[in-house]
Amino acid sequence: MTESLSTRGTSAQTTSAEAKPVPFRGGGFRTSPIPWISPLVFIGLIAFWHWGSTSGFIPSLVLPSPGESLQAFINLFQSGLLWLHVKASLQRLVIGWTAGTILGISVGLFIALSSIGRAAIAPLVAAIMPVPKIALLPLFIIWFGIGEGSKVATILFGVFFPTVISTFGAVDNVDRTLIRMGQSFGLSWSSIVRKIIFPGALPAILSGFRISASIAIILLVAAEMIGAQYGIGAYVLLAGSLMATDQLIAGVAILSALGLTVSYLIGRAERYFLGWRT
Amino acid sequence: MDLSLNNIYHQYGDVNILSDINFDIKSGEIVCIIGPSGCGKSTLLRFLGGLERPASGEVLQIGSPPDTCLNPLTYIFQDFALLPWRSVEGNISLALEDHRIPADRVKAIINDVLARTKLTDFRKALPRQLSGGMKQRVAIARALCVNPAVLLMDEPLSALDSQTRELLMDDLVDLWTREQFTACYVTHNLAEAVRLGHKIIVLSRRPGTILEIVEIDTPLADRKKDIVAMEQKQKYLWNLMRNEALAADMELTDD
Repeated sequence: MTESLSTRGTSAQTTSAEAKPVPFRGGGFRTSPIPWISPLVFIGLIAFWHWGSTSGFIPSLVLPSPGESLQAFINLFQSGLLWLHVKASLQRLVIGWTAGTILGISVGLFIALSSIGRAAIAPLVAAIMPVPKIALLPLFIIWFGIGEGSKVATILFGVFFPTVISTFGAVDNVDRTLIRMGQSFGLSWSSIVRKIIFPGALPAILSGFRISASIAIILLVAAEMIGAQYGIGAYVLLAGSLMATDQLIAGVAILSALGLTVSYLIGRAERYFLGWRT
Repeated sequence: MDLSLNNIYHQYGDVNILSDINFDIKSGEIVCIIGPSGCGKSTLLRFLGGLERPASGEVLQIGSPPDTCLNPLTYIFQDFALLPWRSVEGNISLALEDHRIPADRVKAIINDVLARTKLTDFRKALPRQLSGGMKQRVAIARALCVNPAVLLMDEPLSALDSQTRELLMDDLVDLWTREQFTACYVTHNLAEAVRLGHKIIVLSRRPGTILEIVEIDTPLADRKKDIVAMEQKQKYLWNLMRNEALAADMELTDD
């Protein structure tokens, strides 16, 4: 049967005996890392910006030159305020993000593992999740005071909900056969959660960290803009209201560096905890 | 310890899966269950180990397992079910961790099962570094470390290529010749059933009923030599199943 299929399906006779290489049609759709490109793009962009500012192509009112922004940064550093701003921001970020993450993972596990939790809390999370947490800041100020409490609470709430959702989804996606295996060996409930479900959910939880960390930085700046003496957000807001765009750019650069650092740290954590993948 | 199934019936929703299943698994014998796909073989195995409950009927455990037995009914899964984040050693120790065994005893048990499954050199390897056959060896080692009274094997060789399957089948035969373990072995591969089964239970298509229980008296170790007789048994089984398999293949699945 296979024979008749193949003779009918393909033209078995060749017309001429000339030999040529089979045309290559694979390739493409696969990216390979080129490490030197990204610094080059970065340097090129700044060089263009510098050229634009010095030649008058970009008026300094629209965008200060890179030199001016650098100078603003150096001034900030020399005045000693840089450390105060960064320290205040980092403190809020670390406390808010850590607390939000711990709470989020706990509640996420609870929702994923208990039918009551799922029925009771999942709709609640879905209802509060889309509310921009910054809109609740006035309430937080009433509840937790104008000081650190309200800012940390904003970050905490902002981090909490996406973490709940990602943990919940991650646990749902843990390989059922592994759980069944755990049960078949008579492992206790807590052993199954600690040794099978949590490590199995960790990859998705860690990739949720990337989202929650960037939300935390956005909320940090927003909260600091509303009422803070120190903090990168406060610095940027002050620079903005004085139309000191060079300082503003310096502040934005600090935020960007903060974001890059956070994503680097998460990358390291992923490599450390998820070395068993691939 | 023997197992006995009495009048097992089961349905998912209003689809009948199994109907009127009765058989025994005697200590020291390998019982193979074969049948067309979707006939409820794996479900039956889950009943045997208490991972699921039949709608009616009972699974009885006759006699009690020896005291050294940590997990009387132990599964070996088709897709190995190894934790990818644990090494070979770690995967095996998982089964022991809840039993409060002293650390040096755990080590001794692990060394013993690794030696029995020829895995001693691979104790630190992660599952992703192992071939399919090696992974299934680890799963077998993990099952042996709890000293099971009955091994419940759910198509343990189906995810492997045919050469590896042949090798592992020899290993299982060797293992049985040495220690006469009790097992229930679900498969759709008739060659495996004929090589490993003392008793072969042939199920019909859904709803699964027992078509026939075929007993093979040739000792496991001699079956490789007795190719002709085994071939005949296999043919006999295929004739029993052929029409069922054909009909099962034509069925539409709604779920």
